[in-house]
Amino acid sequence: MAKDFNVDQEALGKAYDGRLMRRLLKYLKPYRKYVVLAILLHLFTASLGPLRPYLTKIAVDDHIATKDYGGLAEIVALIFGALFLQAIIQYVLMYLTQWIGQKTILDLRKEIFAHVQRLAASFFDKTPVGRLVTRTTNDVEALNQMFGAGVVTAFSDVFIVGWILAFMFYTDVELSFVTLAALPLLVYGTFVFKKKAREAYRDVRLHLARLNAYMQEHVAGAAIVQLFGKERREAKRYANINADHRQANYDSILYHAVFFPFVELVSALALALIVWHGGGLAKNDVLTLGVLFAFIQYVEMFFRPIRDLAEKYNIMQTAMASSERVFKLLDDETVVRNPERSAAIERARGEVEFQHVSLSYLKDGKHALRDFSLKIAPGETVALVGHTGAGKSTVINVLLRFYDHDEGRIFIDGTDAAALDERELRRHIGVAPQDVSLFQGTIRSNITMNNPDISEERMIEAAKATGAHEFIERLPNGYDETVAERGATLSVGQKQLISFARALAHDPEIIALDEATSSVDAETEGKAQAAVEKLLEGRTSIVVAHRLSTIQSADRIVVMHKGRVREIGSHQELLAQKGIYHRLYRLQYKDQAIDAS
Amino acid sequence: MQNLRALKPYFKRYRGTLLAGVVYILLSNGFTVYMPLAIRDAFNELQTEITDEAILRYALIIVGAAALGGFFRYHIRQTIIRVSRKIEYDLRQDLWEHIQRLPLRFFNVNSVGDIMARCTNDVSAVRMFVGPAVMYSLDTLARLAIVVAIMISIDAAVTLYALLPLPILSYAVYAVGRRMHKRYTAVQDKFSELSTKAQENYAGMKTVKSYLAEDREIDEFSRLGEEYLRKNMRLARIQALFFPFLLLTSGVSIVVVVWAGGANVISGDLMIGDLTALTVYVGLLVWPVIALGWVVHIVQQGEAGMKRILRVFNEPIAIADDEKVDPTLTPTRGEIEFRDVTFKHSENAPPTLKNLSLAIPAGSTVAIMGKTGAGKSTLLDLIPRFAEPNEGAVLIDGRDVREYPLRALRGAVGFARQEAFLFSANVETNVAYALDEPDRERVERAAEIAQFAPDVADMTDGYRTMIGERGVTLSGGQKQRAAIARALLVDPLILLLDDSFSAVDTGTEEEILKGLRRFMKDRTSVIVCHRVSTAKEADFVVVIEDGKVAERGTHDELIARDGWYAEINRRQTLEKEIEELD
Repeated sequence: MAKDFNVDQEALGKAYDGRLMRRLLKYLKPYRKYVVLAILLHLFTASLGPLRPYLTKIAVDDHIATKDYGGLAEIVALIFGALFLQAIIQYVLMYLTQWIGQKTILDLRKEIFAHVQRLAASFFDKTPVGRLVTRTTNDVEALNQMFGAGVVTAFSDVFIVGWILAFMFYTDVELSFVTLAALPLLVYGTFVFKKKAREAYRDVRLHLARLNAYMQEHVAGAAIVQLFGKERREAKRYANINADHRQANYDSILYHAVFFPFVELVSALALALIVWHGGGLAKNDVLTLGVLFAFIQYVEMFFRPIRDLAEKYNIMQTAMASSERVFKLLDDETVVRNPERSAAIERARGEVEFQHVSLSYLKDGKHALRDFSLKIAPGETVALVGHTGAGKSTVINVLLRFYDHDEGRIFIDGTDAAALDERELRRHIGVAPQDVSLFQGTIRSNITMNNPDISEERMIEAAKATGAHEFIERLPNGYDETVAERGATLSVGQKQLISFARALAHDPEIIALDEATSSVDAETEGKAQAAVEKLLEGRTSIVVAHRLSTIQSADRIVVMHKGRVREIGSHQELLAQKGIYHRLYRLQYKDQAIDAS
Repeated sequence: MQNLRALKPYFKRYRGTLLAGVVYILLSNGFTVYMPLAIRDAFNELQTEITDEAILRYALIIVGAAALGGFFRYHIRQTIIRVSRKIEYDLRQDLWEHIQRLPLRFFNVNSVGDIMARCTNDVSAVRMFVGPAVMYSLDTLARLAIVVAIMISIDAAVTLYALLPLPILSYAVYAVGRRMHKRYTAVQDKFSELSTKAQENYAGMKTVKSYLAEDREIDEFSRLGEEYLRKNMRLARIQALFFPFLLLTSGVSIVVVVWAGGANVISGDLMIGDLTALTVYVGLLVWPVIALGWVVHIVQQGEAGMKRILRVFNEPIAIADDEKVDPTLTPTRGEIEFRDVTFKHSENAPPTLKNLSLAIPAGSTVAIMGKTGAGKSTLLDLIPRFAEPNEGAVLIDGRDVREYPLRALRGAVGFARQEAFLFSANVETNVAYALDEPDRERVERAAEIAQFAPDVADMTDGYRTMIGERGVTLSGGQKQRAAIARALLVDPLILLLDDSFSAVDTGTEEEILKGLRRFMKDRTSVIVCHRVSTAKEADFVVVIEDGKVAERGTHDELIARDGWYAEINRRQTLEKEIEELD
């Protein structure tokens, strides 16, 4: 949350970077037909606005002046028609522009998401999830405006100004020059205002960010403020920030207060020039009143496209900053090692062998796993036990190649795992992690993980076998019950059961289970125990075990300590050794033995 | 408008300025509407007879009217909009000062985001009402009245025709604005769904990879992305209506003037100049009419924002000095007694503390132990009145804590809470938080006892080192020691440490406890801890279980009793043994 208020994000860079721009424009390529269509439509429709004053000139000079009722009606019909056509095309264009923008950012968003799917677990260790989400959502969103409004409508603004000038000069060259005398003032004023307003706005946002940061911190620290009785002092500090925010807004008010009258004044100046110079010409019958009438309307038309063009600077600046961050993510290639061509195992017997495997998570850091060797026979259940930080979970991490190990080799059915693609490797291994990840969707989609190969029967069978079926059936919508964000409505035990059902439904040859440490209530505990038994049945299993029952039913217990294997044996053998296991047993498992009895 | 009425005292404060603003609105419009009249006269006279001087005069009138109108328009913003920023400031300040005094429960119940939204978004929505809505509605009324009057004086029938489309425009802006708001909310909902999808996927990446679900997740994400696109296009369908509609309505008004007015010119009832003036006037009305529709929307938003703000204002400051307080009273000895205390976090919650009674003699050090959720932190919170018992009483030096002025009570207590919260400020400011002017000597002394001084010595800027997001990130243990130092700095009569050693290694902890024994001599310390090694140092140990005192005595007594404490002692000894293995 705090990151959102990061003041650094406010520091915007340049508005144009050729390298970034070229890369961004590639995303418009699939829609170039529509982009061209939009630009052509803009070119055409931009003429319709300036056409109207020209038509009113004809109405005044050719029909009103000559008392031609019929002709006036015709011209009015024409103006009305032009207005209507312009309105329709404008509607179509706004829709089209938005569509192009949305389509492009959808493509970009998909690309980012797909890219992140390929990245290795170590990437997620160094990048906070929140930042990745921001790249995928907000940063891409900021590009929408650039793709739509930025690229396409910039043409429109230029076209409109062009058409106005064309009509004006076509109507009367001399008066055009006179009228345009005021234009540089308008352009200059607008750009100065936009720059000032942009700075003021940034200032306002900066102070708003400070206000937010202060509040966030002092909501969290409310107890400290009250404990030390510093309410009054803190109120004063808040007042300072609050006042800075107000001052920044005063600046912004000032610019607006000056700018709007300024625009009015400039157009009044142009009007005065038309009346003064044009009036003189009209007096001598060089010019008709209709021309003056038309020019008065042209003056009003200049303002919008010029203001819009000034606005584009903002859009570009934001787009450059966002795209730089997005491209940096897309260029990150933190992936695990994969062979160029993967070997394949059709159906594994389930023999797993670790040979002298070592891993440290950080370069030159402490070894999480040190010279770890273990051979597991097909169908065998091995319980990994040890104190916190012994390296138990790391064994699972390297087996699944979430991390590349530094030394040693791992074999599956005698095949070097390094010869297998990460996906081919994982195809044979089912995982039930300690912290269950649930995803938006239904209970069904959470068990099947949307795998179309898992039939309805197989899913229900898995849920029944793991005891999840019972509570799922009691839900109002059964398997179609929506899972709330991060499974908030489900209990810890229920989430565990879903996770077990998920693993079982995928029917893997090898299972890696990281048991939850916190034991829940006795009832759920019993269910989980039964589910684990079901899950491990007939499969090669590596279990990071915390439950005495799981440990005792394992074929072998492997005791790990500081990344190494220290003791191997059955429960009784290990107890008799009076080594680490004996102590662990007294510390962690003994109570369970007492509770169970 | 019911809730917005609460703003009355705020408006009152700036009555004079607002009144001036209204005068400026009238003046500004008076000058602005004069300009088309000059154009009319110029054109009309051009048709008949005119001198060059007259033409110049009209040109100057146009510029002059715009300049004067603009001058007052400048002042409209400088008064009304400025006042809106002042009221925004006042309201936000009042709101925050109120929030700051609310009981801690309020901060537990409401999310940080919600509290901030009240002070920013909602105050902003109210500000939009106070400023732009007030300005635009007054401006529109003034302009409508003057312009329509002038237009009628030129040609009543044409005026009627020209104005007919404008109410439609006003309503359309309002209606489209409303619907847009709805569709926009739908877009935002989809957006947050998309964010959640990304968030869950990235956070659950290992599960996704294990089940080879990457491609299916991409499909799912694409589906959501496409839905988001559809929602956006649904919004675009109505949003894109906005400008064409604007163009059409205002354009039609002008076309009508040209047609009906043109016909009148032909019949000789009007002159070209009148026609020109009428079209310019219609142009002057378009924006105010649009603003009117917009204003209705702002008022609705402001009303909703104010309602939420008032809800916070209506939260009572539950813990404050009342009539029972003796303003001269200050704790002096530091004896603490809990007498039959029952505490519930909320009305329907099961009690956290049940009829708990416990006496802590002045000058003693007591260790509080127990499982998570046993009620240890609550027990400490009751002493400086961060929470108040539902039944029973907490006494200090034999008097109910409610009899002491809050400042005197809290001033006597040094409290390092569990979360060890530090502000994003430098080390000195944090440790000396209790002082208005940091005192380096006292800061150093406190930091030394808390064993925080060696850490500070290693920092690049020493006591001036910034902590937090824009500075160095402290380890959990450093934070805890800084929080202990902060609590010690006030030379407290009563020191409360809530789980302040959990991230501190045992060696350092021993040093701190040794220092404390000297420093807190003759004063009272209550230490919530998890390690027996800590508890050993106390005069006596209290074990809390299910909101009651389960065991009480010295370390040796409790070991002999062979209860929960003794069991914890055995476990911790074993754990230590395992850790010390190679």
